[in-house]
Amino acid sequence: MTVAPDSWLLTPDSTPKLWRMARLQFDPVRQRPVLLYPEGAVLLNDTGAAILELCNGSNTITQIVSILTERYQADVTRDVTEYLALMAERELIRAG
Amino acid sequence: MPGDIPTTLLAELTHRCPLHCPYCSNPLDLIRAESELTTADWQRVFTQARELGVLQLGLSGGEPLLRKDLEELAAHARREGLYSTLVTSGLGLTRARAERLKEAGLEHIQISIQDSDPEVAERIAGVRSVKHKQAAAAIVRELGFAFTVNVVLHRANLDRIGEIIDLAADLGADRVELANTQYYGWGLQNRSALMPTREQVERSRDIAERAIQRYRGRMQITYVLPDYYELYPKACYGGWGKLYLVVTPNGMVLPCHGATQITTLRFDDVKSHALEWIWRESEAFQAFRGDSWMKEPCRSCPRKATDFGGCRCQAFALTGDAANTDPVCTLSPLRQVVDEALTESSRDILQYSYRSLAGEPQRV
Repeated sequence: MTVAPDSWLLTPDSTPKLWRMARLQFDPVRQRPVLLYPEGAVLLNDTGAAILELCNGSNTITQIVSILTERYQADVTRDVTEYLALMAERELIRAG
Repeated sequence: MPGDIPTTLLAELTHRCPLHCPYCSNPLDLIRAESELTTADWQRVFTQARELGVLQLGLSGGEPLLRKDLEELAAHARREGLYSTLVTSGLGLTRARAERLKEAGLEHIQISIQDSDPEVAERIAGVRSVKHKQAAAAIVRELGFAFTVNVVLHRANLDRIGEIIDLAADLGADRVELANTQYYGWGLQNRSALMPTREQVERSRDIAERAIQRYRGRMQITYVLPDYYELYPKACYGGWGKLYLVVTPNGMVLPCHGATQITTLRFDDVKSHALEWIWRESEAFQAFRGDSWMKEPCRSCPRKATDFGGCRCQAFALTGDAANTDPVCTLSPLRQVVDEALTESSRDILQYSYRSLAGEPQRV
Protein backbone atom coordinates (compact mmCIF):
# COMPACT_ATOMS: atom_id res chain seq x y z
CA MET A 1 0.00 0.00 0.00
CA THR A 2 2.94 2.33 -0.51
CA VAL A 3 2.12 3.22 -4.10
CA ALA A 4 0.80 6.76 -4.36
CA PRO A 5 -2.64 7.00 -5.97
CA ASP A 6 -1.22 9.14 -8.78
CA SER A 7 1.58 6.71 -9.59
CA TRP A 8 0.39 6.42 -13.21
CA LEU A 9 1.07 10.10 -13.93
CA LEU A 10 4.34 10.35 -15.83
CA THR A 11 6.72 13.27 -16.23
CA PRO A 12 10.01 13.43 -18.22
CA ASP A 13 11.83 12.74 -14.93
CA SER A 14 9.77 9.66 -14.08
CA THR A 15 11.71 6.42 -13.90
CA PRO A 16 9.05 3.99 -15.08
CA LYS A 17 9.23 0.30 -14.33
CA LEU A 18 7.11 -2.66 -15.30
CA TRP A 19 4.39 -3.61 -12.88
CA ARG A 20 6.13 -6.06 -10.55
CA MET A 21 3.71 -8.75 -11.66
CA ALA A 22 4.34 -8.30 -15.36
CA ARG A 23 6.85 -10.38 -17.31
CA LEU A 24 8.18 -9.61 -20.78
CA GLN A 25 9.03 -12.57 -22.99
CA PHE A 26 9.19 -13.63 -26.63
CA ASP A 27 6.40 -15.91 -27.86
CA PRO A 28 7.76 -18.31 -30.49
CA VAL A 29 4.21 -19.30 -31.50
CA ARG A 30 3.11 -15.79 -32.46
CA GLN A 31 6.68 -14.69 -33.27
CA ARG A 32 6.11 -11.57 -31.18
CA PRO A 33 7.23 -10.18 -27.85
CA VAL A 34 4.48 -10.43 -25.25
CA LEU A 35 3.87 -8.86 -21.87
CA LEU A 36 2.32 -11.31 -19.41
CA TYR A 37 0.62 -10.35 -16.15
CA PRO A 38 -2.12 -11.77 -13.90
CA GLU A 39 -5.02 -12.89 -16.10
CA GLY A 40 -3.78 -11.02 -19.14
CA ALA A 41 -1.31 -10.62 -21.96
CA VAL A 42 -0.44 -7.84 -24.39
CA LEU A 43 1.08 -8.71 -27.75
CA LEU A 44 3.79 -6.18 -28.50
CA ASN A 45 5.58 -5.00 -31.61
CA ASP A 46 9.36 -4.73 -31.54
CA THR A 47 9.28 -1.02 -30.79
CA GLY A 48 6.93 -1.50 -27.85
CA ALA A 49 9.17 -4.21 -26.46
CA ALA A 50 12.23 -1.99 -26.93
CA ILE A 51 10.55 0.76 -24.88
CA LEU A 52 9.42 -1.60 -22.12
CA GLU A 53 12.84 -3.24 -21.86
CA LEU A 54 14.23 0.14 -20.91
CA CYS A 55 11.64 0.62 -18.15
CA ASN A 56 13.89 -0.70 -15.40
CA GLY A 57 13.10 1.81 -12.66
CA SER A 58 16.35 3.73 -13.13
CA ASN A 59 16.14 5.16 -16.67
CA THR A 60 14.19 8.41 -16.82
CA ILE A 61 11.76 8.93 -19.69
CA THR A 62 14.17 11.53 -21.06
CA GLN A 63 16.94 8.91 -21.08
CA ILE A 64 14.69 6.28 -22.69
CA VAL A 65 13.82 8.76 -25.45
CA SER A 66 17.46 9.59 -25.97
CA ILE A 67 18.56 5.93 -26.17
CA LEU A 68 15.84 5.08 -28.70
CA THR A 69 16.37 8.27 -30.73
CA GLU A 70 19.98 7.22 -31.09
CA ARG A 71 19.05 3.62 -31.96
CA TYR A 72 16.38 4.43 -34.55
CA GLN A 73 17.98 7.66 -35.84
CA ALA A 74 14.64 9.45 -35.51
CA ASP A 75 12.93 11.61 -32.93
CA VAL A 76 10.80 9.17 -30.93
CA THR A 77 9.81 11.56 -28.12
CA ARG A 78 6.15 11.52 -28.98
CA ASP A 79 5.95 7.77 -29.66
CA VAL A 80 7.63 6.92 -26.38
CA THR A 81 5.64 9.30 -24.20
CA GLU A 82 2.32 8.31 -25.76
CA TYR A 83 3.10 4.61 -25.49
CA LEU A 84 4.17 4.87 -21.87
CA ALA A 85 1.13 6.98 -21.01
CA LEU A 86 -1.08 4.25 -22.46
CA MET A 87 0.73 1.48 -20.60
CA ALA A 88 0.58 3.51 -17.39
CA GLU A 89 -3.13 4.12 -17.88
CA ARG A 90 -3.51 0.34 -18.08
CA GLU A 91 -1.39 0.13 -14.92
CA LEU A 92 1.18 -2.10 -16.63
CA ILE A 93 3.99 0.28 -15.81
CA ARG A 94 4.43 2.44 -12.72
CA ALA A 95 6.01 5.90 -12.61
CA GLY A 96 8.69 4.71 -10.16
CA MET B 1 -4.50 -22.12 -42.07
CA PRO B 2 -3.33 -21.24 -38.54
CA GLY B 3 -6.86 -20.51 -37.27
CA ASP B 4 -7.63 -19.31 -33.77
CA ILE B 5 -4.81 -19.32 -31.24
CA PRO B 6 -5.85 -19.86 -27.62
CA THR B 7 -4.42 -17.63 -24.89
CA THR B 8 -5.70 -19.30 -21.74
CA LEU B 9 -5.91 -22.80 -20.33
CA LEU B 10 -7.84 -23.51 -17.17
CA ALA B 11 -6.50 -26.75 -15.68
CA GLU B 12 -9.03 -28.19 -13.26
CA LEU B 13 -6.52 -30.39 -11.48
CA THR B 14 -9.06 -31.97 -9.14
CA HIS B 15 -12.68 -31.65 -8.13
CA ARG B 16 -11.81 -32.48 -4.51
CA CYS B 17 -12.34 -29.44 -2.26
CA PRO B 18 -12.68 -28.73 1.46
CA LEU B 19 -15.35 -26.11 0.69
CA HIS B 20 -18.98 -26.76 -0.25
CA CYS B 21 -20.01 -23.44 -1.84
CA PRO B 22 -23.53 -23.66 -3.28
CA TYR B 23 -22.52 -21.75 -6.44
CA CYS B 24 -19.52 -23.93 -7.28
CA SER B 25 -18.62 -23.84 -10.97
CA ASN B 26 -17.71 -27.54 -11.00
CA PRO B 27 -20.37 -29.80 -12.54
CA LEU B 28 -23.01 -31.59 -10.48
CA ASP B 29 -21.30 -34.90 -11.30
CA LEU B 30 -17.95 -34.36 -9.64
CA ILE B 31 -14.99 -36.42 -10.82
CA ARG B 32 -13.40 -38.65 -8.20
CA ALA B 33 -9.72 -38.74 -7.21
CA GLU B 34 -9.06 -42.13 -8.84
CA SER B 35 -9.98 -40.77 -12.28
CA GLU B 36 -7.65 -37.76 -12.12
CA LEU B 37 -4.87 -37.27 -14.67
CA THR B 38 -1.33 -38.17 -13.58
CA THR B 39 1.55 -35.72 -13.18
CA ALA B 40 2.97 -36.79 -16.54
CA ASP B 41 -0.42 -36.31 -18.23
CA TRP B 42 -0.70 -32.75 -16.95
CA GLN B 43 2.86 -31.91 -17.89
CA ARG B 44 2.22 -33.16 -21.43
CA VAL B 45 -0.95 -31.04 -21.57
CA PHE B 46 0.93 -27.91 -20.46
CA THR B 47 3.65 -28.48 -23.07
CA GLN B 48 1.07 -29.00 -25.80
CA ALA B 49 -0.87 -25.94 -24.63
CA ARG B 50 2.21 -23.72 -24.89
CA GLU B 51 2.96 -25.12 -28.37
CA LEU B 52 -0.59 -24.24 -29.35
CA GLY B 53 -0.07 -20.63 -28.18
CA VAL B 54 -1.46 -20.63 -24.62
CA LEU B 55 0.16 -17.93 -22.46
CA GLN B 56 -1.92 -17.99 -19.29
CA LEU B 57 -2.45 -21.08 -17.15
CA GLY B 58 -4.98 -21.33 -14.35
CA LEU B 59 -4.13 -24.07 -11.84
CA SER B 60 -7.60 -24.58 -10.49
CA GLY B 61 -10.00 -27.15 -9.09
CA GLY B 62 -11.70 -27.96 -6.78
CA GLU B 63 -8.83 -27.17 -4.49
CA PRO B 64 -5.58 -27.57 -6.46
CA LEU B 65 -3.50 -27.70 -3.26
CA LEU B 66 -4.96 -31.18 -2.73
CA ARG B 67 -2.74 -32.33 -5.62
CA LYS B 68 0.55 -33.38 -4.01
CA ASP B 69 2.33 -32.77 -7.32
CA LEU B 70 1.23 -29.12 -7.60
CA GLU B 71 4.80 -27.83 -7.18
CA GLU B 72 6.02 -30.12 -9.98
CA LEU B 73 3.21 -28.95 -12.22
CA ALA B 74 3.90 -25.28 -11.49
CA ALA B 75 7.59 -25.78 -12.20
CA HIS B 76 6.85 -27.47 -15.52
CA ALA B 77 4.49 -24.66 -16.52
CA ARG B 78 7.14 -22.06 -15.77
CA ARG B 79 9.77 -23.96 -17.76
CA GLU B 80 7.40 -23.95 -20.72
CA GLY B 81 6.97 -20.16 -20.45
CA LEU B 82 3.40 -20.10 -19.15
CA TYR B 83 2.26 -17.44 -16.68
CA SER B 84 0.54 -19.41 -13.93
CA THR B 85 -2.18 -18.48 -11.50
CA LEU B 86 -3.06 -20.71 -8.57
CA VAL B 87 -6.80 -20.47 -7.93
CA THR B 88 -7.28 -21.60 -4.34
CA SER B 89 -9.52 -21.43 -1.30
CA GLY B 90 -6.34 -20.78 0.71
CA LEU B 91 -7.00 -23.87 2.80
CA GLY B 92 -3.83 -25.94 2.91
CA LEU B 93 -1.54 -23.11 1.82
CA THR B 94 1.08 -23.48 4.53
CA ARG B 95 4.25 -21.40 4.48
CA ALA B 96 6.34 -24.43 3.45
CA ARG B 97 4.02 -25.17 0.55
CA ALA B 98 3.94 -21.52 -0.55
CA GLU B 99 7.74 -21.33 -0.44
CA ARG B 100 8.01 -24.43 -2.62
CA LEU B 101 5.54 -22.95 -5.11
CA LYS B 102 7.51 -19.72 -5.20
CA GLU B 103 10.65 -21.73 -5.82
CA ALA B 104 8.86 -23.57 -8.63
CA GLY B 105 8.21 -20.24 -10.37
CA LEU B 106 4.52 -19.73 -9.62
CA GLU B 107 3.77 -16.02 -10.01
CA HIS B 108 0.18 -15.31 -9.09
CA ILE B 109 -2.19 -16.60 -6.42
CA GLN B 110 -5.93 -16.02 -6.24
CA ILE B 111 -7.65 -16.67 -2.93
CA SER B 112 -11.43 -16.82 -2.73
CA ILE B 113 -13.26 -14.88 -0.03
CA GLN B 114 -16.91 -15.72 0.62
CA ASP B 115 -17.91 -12.58 2.55
CA SER B 116 -16.57 -9.83 4.83
CA ASP B 117 -18.93 -11.11 7.54
CA PRO B 118 -17.13 -14.20 8.91
CA GLU B 119 -20.31 -15.93 10.00
CA VAL B 120 -21.95 -15.65 6.59
CA ALA B 121 -18.66 -16.53 4.88
CA GLU B 122 -18.48 -19.83 6.73
CA ARG B 123 -22.15 -20.56 6.18
CA ILE B 124 -21.55 -20.20 2.42
CA ALA B 125 -18.34 -22.24 2.43
CA GLY B 126 -19.99 -24.88 4.60
CA VAL B 127 -16.79 -25.14 6.64
CA ARG B 128 -14.58 -23.20 9.07
CA SER B 129 -12.33 -21.25 6.74
CA VAL B 130 -11.99 -17.54 7.54
CA LYS B 131 -8.89 -17.79 9.76
CA HIS B 132 -7.14 -20.14 7.31
CA LYS B 133 -7.76 -17.67 4.50
CA GLN B 134 -6.38 -14.74 6.50
CA ALA B 135 -3.25 -16.74 7.29
CA ALA B 136 -2.86 -17.80 3.65
CA ALA B 137 -3.26 -14.20 2.44
CA ALA B 138 -0.52 -13.05 4.81
CA ILE B 139 1.87 -15.72 3.48
CA VAL B 140 1.08 -14.88 -0.16
CA ARG B 141 1.74 -11.23 0.55
CA GLU B 142 4.93 -11.84 2.48
CA LEU B 143 6.44 -14.10 -0.18
CA GLY B 144 5.78 -11.47 -2.85
CA PHE B 145 3.36 -13.33 -5.11
CA ALA B 146 1.02 -11.30 -7.25
CA PHE B 147 -2.16 -11.56 -5.19
CA THR B 148 -5.78 -11.48 -6.25
CA VAL B 149 -8.80 -11.88 -4.02
CA ASN B 150 -11.82 -13.26 -5.83
CA VAL B 151 -15.35 -13.11 -4.58
CA VAL B 152 -18.56 -14.64 -5.89
CA LEU B 153 -21.46 -12.29 -5.19
CA HIS B 154 -25.08 -13.23 -4.54
CA ARG B 155 -28.07 -12.16 -2.53
CA ALA B 156 -26.57 -12.90 0.91
CA ASN B 157 -23.34 -10.88 0.46
CA LEU B 158 -24.00 -8.29 -2.26
CA ASP B 159 -25.06 -5.61 0.23
CA ARG B 160 -21.57 -5.82 1.78
CA ILE B 161 -19.68 -5.29 -1.49
CA GLY B 162 -18.03 -2.15 -0.05
CA GLU B 163 -16.85 -3.98 3.08
CA ILE B 164 -15.67 -6.91 0.94
CA ILE B 165 -13.54 -4.59 -1.21
CA ASP B 166 -12.06 -2.99 1.92
CA LEU B 167 -11.32 -6.46 3.33
CA ALA B 168 -9.46 -7.41 0.14
CA ALA B 169 -7.36 -4.24 0.49
CA ASP B 170 -6.68 -5.03 4.18
CA LEU B 171 -5.52 -8.51 3.15
CA GLY B 172 -3.02 -6.81 0.84
CA ALA B 173 -4.53 -7.78 -2.52
CA ASP B 174 -3.11 -6.29 -5.72
CA ARG B 175 -6.36 -7.09 -7.47
CA VAL B 176 -9.88 -8.03 -6.51
CA GLU B 177 -12.26 -9.79 -8.86
CA LEU B 178 -15.91 -9.46 -7.95
CA ALA B 179 -18.20 -11.60 -10.02
CA ASN B 180 -21.87 -12.20 -9.59
CA THR B 181 -22.89 -15.84 -9.47
CA GLN B 182 -23.31 -17.56 -12.80
CA TYR B 183 -26.26 -19.88 -12.90
CA TYR B 184 -24.97 -23.20 -14.14
CA GLY B 185 -24.73 -26.52 -12.34
CA TRP B 186 -24.74 -25.91 -8.58
CA GLY B 187 -25.54 -22.23 -9.07
CA LEU B 188 -28.59 -23.04 -11.18
CA GLN B 189 -29.70 -25.56 -8.60
CA ASN B 190 -29.49 -22.82 -5.93
CA ARG B 191 -30.65 -19.97 -8.10
CA SER B 192 -33.65 -18.90 -6.06
CA ALA B 193 -31.50 -18.58 -2.91
CA LEU B 194 -28.62 -16.82 -4.69
CA MET B 195 -30.34 -14.38 -7.06
CA PRO B 196 -30.00 -10.76 -5.87
CA THR B 197 -32.72 -8.18 -6.27
CA ARG B 198 -32.52 -5.39 -8.84
CA GLU B 199 -32.09 -2.83 -6.03
CA GLN B 200 -29.13 -4.77 -4.66
CA VAL B 201 -27.53 -4.96 -8.09
CA GLU B 202 -27.90 -1.24 -8.78
CA ARG B 203 -26.59 -0.20 -5.38
CA SER B 204 -23.63 -2.57 -5.64
CA ARG B 205 -22.69 -1.19 -9.05
CA ASP B 206 -22.53 2.35 -7.68
CA ILE B 207 -20.39 1.25 -4.72
CA ALA B 208 -18.04 -0.72 -6.97
CA GLU B 209 -17.64 2.19 -9.40
CA ARG B 210 -16.69 4.54 -6.56
CA ALA B 211 -14.28 1.99 -5.10
CA ILE B 212 -12.58 1.51 -8.49
CA GLN B 213 -11.72 5.22 -8.47
CA ARG B 214 -10.78 5.31 -4.79
CA TYR B 215 -8.37 2.35 -5.02
CA ARG B 216 -6.87 3.29 -8.37
CA GLY B 217 -3.08 2.80 -8.38
CA ARG B 218 -3.24 0.62 -5.25
CA MET B 219 -5.62 -2.23 -6.03
CA GLN B 220 -7.30 -3.12 -9.31
CA ILE B 221 -10.98 -3.91 -9.03
CA THR B 222 -12.95 -5.77 -11.67
CA TYR B 223 -16.68 -6.13 -11.24
CA VAL B 224 -18.81 -8.50 -13.31
CA LEU B 225 -22.52 -7.72 -13.16
CA PRO B 226 -25.10 -10.51 -13.12
CA ASP B 227 -26.08 -11.12 -16.74
CA TYR B 228 -29.71 -11.87 -15.84
CA TYR B 229 -30.13 -8.14 -15.15
CA GLU B 230 -28.45 -7.02 -18.37
CA LEU B 231 -30.10 -6.30 -21.73
CA TYR B 232 -27.56 -8.25 -23.75
CA PRO B 233 -25.65 -11.44 -23.02
CA LYS B 234 -22.01 -11.71 -22.09
CA ALA B 235 -19.44 -12.44 -24.80
CA CYS B 236 -18.43 -15.78 -23.37
CA TYR B 237 -14.59 -15.93 -23.37
CA GLY B 238 -14.47 -14.02 -26.64
CA GLY B 239 -16.50 -16.67 -28.45
CA TRP B 240 -16.60 -20.47 -28.46
CA GLY B 241 -13.24 -22.07 -29.22
CA LYS B 242 -11.61 -18.69 -29.80
CA LEU B 243 -9.22 -18.01 -26.87
CA TYR B 244 -10.00 -20.34 -24.02
CA LEU B 245 -9.97 -24.00 -23.12
CA VAL B 246 -10.53 -26.05 -20.01
CA VAL B 247 -9.17 -29.47 -19.12
CA THR B 248 -11.18 -31.34 -16.50
CA PRO B 249 -9.59 -33.49 -13.74
CA ASN B 250 -9.98 -36.63 -15.88
CA GLY B 251 -8.67 -35.00 -19.06
CA MET B 252 -11.75 -33.93 -21.00
CA VAL B 253 -11.17 -30.77 -23.00
CA LEU B 254 -13.94 -28.16 -22.95
CA PRO B 255 -14.41 -24.75 -24.59
CA CYS B 256 -15.60 -23.43 -21.20
CA HIS B 257 -15.88 -24.92 -17.74
CA GLY B 258 -19.66 -25.31 -17.94
CA ALA B 259 -19.77 -27.05 -21.30
CA THR B 260 -20.37 -30.59 -20.01
CA GLN B 261 -23.93 -29.60 -19.23
CA ILE B 262 -24.56 -29.40 -22.99
CA THR B 263 -25.42 -33.09 -23.10
CA THR B 264 -25.81 -33.09 -26.88
CA LEU B 265 -22.03 -32.56 -27.31
CA ARG B 266 -19.32 -35.19 -27.04
CA PHE B 267 -15.98 -34.06 -25.63
CA ASP B 268 -12.60 -35.57 -26.42
CA ASP B 269 -9.87 -36.16 -23.88
CA VAL B 270 -6.12 -35.61 -23.67
CA LYS B 271 -5.36 -39.28 -23.15
CA SER B 272 -6.72 -40.17 -26.60
CA HIS B 273 -5.85 -37.06 -28.61
CA ALA B 274 -3.32 -34.26 -28.84
CA LEU B 275 -4.58 -30.93 -27.55
CA GLU B 276 -3.98 -29.34 -30.94
CA TRP B 277 -6.28 -31.81 -32.70
CA ILE B 278 -8.98 -31.29 -30.09
CA TRP B 279 -8.70 -27.50 -30.39
CA ARG B 280 -8.70 -27.40 -34.16
CA GLU B 281 -10.66 -30.43 -35.33
CA SER B 282 -12.85 -31.94 -32.64
CA GLU B 283 -16.60 -31.82 -33.02
CA ALA B 284 -17.18 -30.03 -29.71
CA PHE B 285 -14.80 -27.16 -30.52
CA GLN B 286 -16.16 -26.81 -34.06
CA ALA B 287 -19.79 -26.87 -32.94
CA PHE B 288 -20.21 -23.15 -32.20
CA ARG B 289 -17.16 -21.56 -33.78
CA GLY B 290 -17.80 -18.58 -35.99
CA ASP B 291 -21.45 -17.77 -36.72
CA SER B 292 -22.74 -20.32 -39.23
CA TRP B 293 -24.48 -22.26 -36.43
CA MET B 294 -26.55 -19.24 -35.43
CA LYS B 295 -30.31 -19.00 -35.76
CA GLU B 296 -32.43 -15.87 -35.71
CA PRO B 297 -32.45 -13.37 -34.08
CA CYS B 298 -28.64 -13.75 -33.84
CA ARG B 299 -27.95 -14.58 -37.48
CA SER B 300 -28.96 -11.15 -38.81
CA CYS B 301 -28.07 -9.21 -35.66
CA PRO B 302 -25.24 -6.65 -35.81
CA ARG B 303 -24.34 -7.55 -32.20
CA LYS B 304 -23.33 -11.08 -33.20
CA ALA B 305 -19.75 -9.89 -33.70
CA THR B 306 -19.77 -8.40 -30.18
CA ASP B 307 -21.36 -11.06 -28.03
CA PHE B 308 -21.43 -14.13 -30.33
CA GLY B 309 -25.02 -14.89 -29.32
CA GLY B 310 -24.04 -15.10 -25.66
CA CYS B 311 -23.42 -18.24 -23.67
CA ARG B 312 -24.07 -21.65 -25.28
CA CYS B 313 -24.29 -23.35 -21.89
CA GLN B 314 -26.90 -20.91 -20.69
CA ALA B 315 -28.88 -21.27 -23.92
CA PHE B 316 -28.89 -25.05 -23.45
CA ALA B 317 -29.63 -24.97 -19.72
CA LEU B 318 -32.56 -22.55 -20.02
CA THR B 319 -34.01 -23.31 -23.48
CA GLY B 320 -32.91 -26.88 -24.21
CA ASP B 321 -31.08 -25.93 -27.44
CA ALA B 322 -27.48 -24.76 -27.29
CA ALA B 323 -27.83 -23.05 -30.69
CA ASN B 324 -30.56 -20.72 -29.46
CA THR B 325 -29.87 -17.10 -28.57
CA ASP B 326 -28.76 -16.81 -24.94
CA PRO B 327 -32.16 -16.06 -23.32
CA VAL B 328 -30.58 -13.26 -21.28
CA CYS B 329 -30.70 -11.24 -24.52
CA THR B 330 -33.61 -8.83 -24.65
CA LEU B 331 -34.01 -9.81 -28.34
CA SER B 332 -34.47 -13.49 -27.48
CA PRO B 333 -38.03 -14.76 -28.01
CA LEU B 334 -37.46 -16.79 -24.82
CA ARG B 335 -36.34 -13.92 -22.55
CA GLN B 336 -39.33 -14.69 -20.29
CA VAL B 337 -37.48 -17.69 -18.79
CA VAL B 338 -34.95 -15.22 -17.38
CA ASP B 339 -37.57 -12.70 -16.28
CA GLU B 340 -39.43 -15.45 -14.45
CA ALA B 341 -36.21 -16.41 -12.65
CA LEU B 342 -35.78 -12.81 -11.51
CA THR B 343 -39.09 -12.97 -9.65
CA GLU B 344 -37.52 -15.74 -7.54
CA SER B 345 -35.21 -13.16 -5.99
CA SER B 346 -38.10 -11.59 -4.09
CA ARG B 347 -38.68 -14.80 -2.18
CA ASP B 348 -37.23 -14.65 1.27
CA ILE B 349 -35.72 -18.11 1.65
CA LEU B 350 -32.03 -18.90 1.76
CA GLN B 351 -31.89 -22.69 1.68
CA TYR B 352 -28.73 -23.88 -0.05
CA SER B 353 -27.98 -27.23 -1.54
CA TYR B 354 -24.24 -27.53 -0.90
CA ARG B 355 -21.85 -29.05 -3.40
CA SER B 356 -20.69 -32.53 -2.53
CA LEU B 357 -19.70 -35.78 -4.17
CA ALA B 358 -22.59 -38.13 -4.76
CA GLY B 359 -22.93 -40.28 -1.66
CA GLU B 360 -21.33 -37.71 0.66
CA PRO B 361 -23.71 -36.48 3.31
CA GLN B 362 -25.29 -33.17 2.28
CA ARG B 363 -24.62 -30.45 4.80
CA VAL B 364 -27.67 -28.22 4.84
